[in-house]
Amino acid sequence: MATAISLSHLGSVMRGVRSVDQVGVEERAAGLAKRSIKKASKLWALDLAIRCIDLTTLEGADTPGKVTALCAKGVRPQPGDPSIPSVGAICVYPSLVATAVAHLRGSGVKVASVATAFPSGQSFTSIKVAETREALAAGADELDMVIDRGAFLSGDYQKVYDEIGSVKEACGSAHLKVILETGELGTYDNVRRASILAMAAGADFIKTSTGKITPAATLPVSLVMMECIRDFSRETGKQIGFKPAGGIRTSKQAIAYLVVLYETLGPDWMTPERFRLGASSLLNDILMQIEKERSGAYQSADYFSVD
Amino acid sequence: MAIAKRPSTEMGQRLFEYAAAPEATDHLKIADSYALFVGGRFVEPHSRRRFATVNPATEETLSEVAEADETDVDRAVTAAADAFRSWSRLSGAKRARYIFRLSRLMQERARELAVLETMDGGKPIKESRDVDVPLAAAHFFYYAGWADKLEWAFPNRRPRPLGVAAQVIPWNFPLLMLAWKIAPALAAGNTVVLKPAETTPLSALAFADICQQADLPPGVVNIVTGAGSTGAAVVGHPGVGKVAFTGSTEVGKQIQRATAGSGKHLTLELGGKAANIVFEDAPLDQAIEGIVNGIYFNQGHVCCAGSRLLVQESIVEPLLAKLKSRLGTLRVGDPLDKNTDVGAINSRAQLEKIEGLVNSGIEEGAEIYQPECRLPERGYWFRPTIFTNVAQSYRIAREEIFGPVLSVLTFRTPDEAVEKANNTPYGLSAGVWTDKGSRILWLVERMRAGVVWANTFNRFDPTSPFGGYKESGFGREGGLHGLAAYVELS
Repeated sequence: MATAISLSHLGSVMRGVRSVDQVGVEERAAGLAKRSIKKASKLWALDLAIRCIDLTTLEGADTPGKVTALCAKGVRPQPGDPSIPSVGAICVYPSLVATAVAHLRGSGVKVASVATAFPSGQSFTSIKVAETREALAAGADELDMVIDRGAFLSGDYQKVYDEIGSVKEACGSAHLKVILETGELGTYDNVRRASILAMAAGADFIKTSTGKITPAATLPVSLVMMECIRDFSRETGKQIGFKPAGGIRTSKQAIAYLVVLYETLGPDWMTPERFRLGASSLLNDILMQIEKERSGAYQSADYFSVD
Repeated sequence: MAIAKRPSTEMGQRLFEYAAAPEATDHLKIADSYALFVGGRFVEPHSRRRFATVNPATEETLSEVAEADETDVDRAVTAAADAFRSWSRLSGAKRARYIFRLSRLMQERARELAVLETMDGGKPIKESRDVDVPLAAAHFFYYAGWADKLEWAFPNRRPRPLGVAAQVIPWNFPLLMLAWKIAPALAAGNTVVLKPAETTPLSALAFADICQQADLPPGVVNIVTGAGSTGAAVVGHPGVGKVAFTGSTEVGKQIQRATAGSGKHLTLELGGKAANIVFEDAPLDQAIEGIVNGIYFNQGHVCCAGSRLLVQESIVEPLLAKLKSRLGTLRVGDPLDKNTDVGAINSRAQLEKIEGLVNSGIEEGAEIYQPECRLPERGYWFRPTIFTNVAQSYRIAREEIFGPVLSVLTFRTPDEAVEKANNTPYGLSAGVWTDKGSRILWLVERMRAGVVWANTFNRFDPTSPFGGYKESGFGREGGLHGLAAYVELS
């Protein structure tokens, strides 16, 4: 693919990426989080949030049984209520892709697999590429890779760039989400650099976090990444997707992300094609809030299945 | 309630329409008419005259307010002078107790004050709720702390209060300007006659109610409502020892002439035409927010507004592209809606002034940009506006517009930025956006402005002094400097 930056000067280009003012970006994010989303617009946002969820389980203890249950939940989050849509995707480890594929066939729900020595990324490029190929061969539609933070923090941008490129090549037409693991990058300047690097190297989505370390996704980090997507789109015409992941548990948080998305990237991004929420426990809170908006009263948590 | 149906297709409703989220007003009681607050009581005006105060977002009359004449003002000054004898002798700790109480009551009644401020003045509720009212309470809290520490505030000097302080405040931040004026005056042992602006008297009258609730001794705070002639009577009264005015440079000059030779202490906080300077290495997305906050905050009704944007030529294009698209996301409309970013213009007269200056900009050859937005049918509104191709000599680059209108100029070198920024009769504030710390310090040394914000704009704190150079006035408010304006040192 055509890249936005010259490979021969990658290092100096990355160091020349425009800076981010920490106080300013946090203030802006806090301001947007205060938007008051009510009634019909709240229901609309919650419906979109469900369709954008990458319903995720990434535990050492995951079993086919657990993944089967999660798939059922993702396809029909609230049995008996057809107005509740399916989630965007089910996100699992590579070894469980086949199980998910079997249970999601024909449902429209995508299967996403993490890969590339998730979550640390500390392995050999050849193994990362091989893992990617295996996950896709097992039927994954989307692939969530991690960047090599060690290489990034030591300034070896070329290695990070090349690795993303190799994985992208292995992906073919499958959607590639590139996890920056912003909680390990330390500064918003680095988040900005990593975002631009990942997009230039071929990411279809950029994603905040693995969910394995804190802080995971935050609103200001997401704002910085969305601003990069906006700049990238302006310069190249390519509309890269965004996925915050980790620590998003409540409807209120989900709506705050949608507000920042709307006011930063605009209506074109208000679709599962360009926005996903990586979450495991968010879905039930959304279901409860929808029920509350409709009936005017909160229902017992026992009415919502725990999967 | 109706259940919103899910959009049938992906391309269905993609616009995120925020449903109306109006702040409740049912907790607020606005009387049909208000009297003057003199000697701790609400008294009918000698003038027997009243004038209407209007909600600029609906053009509906909110209340009728007394118009004080010279006799009314004389009564208020007499009440303040009587109260001064005991208030100035009260121990600092006891004065502090009253001022702390005022602060706490403002916090307790924050919601009421915020709604009142928004209805009477047209500013978005998110600003009155998150900025005006909390900052006003913080000012009282801060100066309450100084009341019993005056001898530490001015070491080896003997600070004495000045007597009755005549204070005239503007309509852009009614409650906050009241706090800037009253809090340090009371802490230092002065008593006060305050005249709020004629378009925004209601929060000051609510504050009068708070004074009663706090059992503040009668006459320590007196509030006389009225227009220019009332203000002239207040500052011209011979019983006044100190005059503090915030408002236009034109009126400030009249006041300075009127008080010359009278022995009255005077501080003036007047107009501004602040430069907001963006260098090519600035954090651009945050600079955009700073520019927006600098000029569209409170509809640009801000004396320190960043109304002249000075952009380094190498980044004009991306900056303007970003700024224009950001303007499209500003939500203009009902000030009581919690999602509103830009509210109503304060009065018809102000709207006409803004329109006049904007027309002059078009005639002089500047290029105007305004985003698409639907304005309410009633009320006073003005679209957020950007002027490009502005020459330093145009009226829109020289005169204070006091509205949501930004003039964009360019520069090539830091020296040119400083020269252009200082090339104004005003000198209240300035902003600088750069990633380079040394450049910030270099520039601050050369700016003829009372406050210079670096990588931020319109940020206020009770501990930080605020005031102008040149025709933006003299004297400082806030911090220790603000206290010094209310004492005589011997």
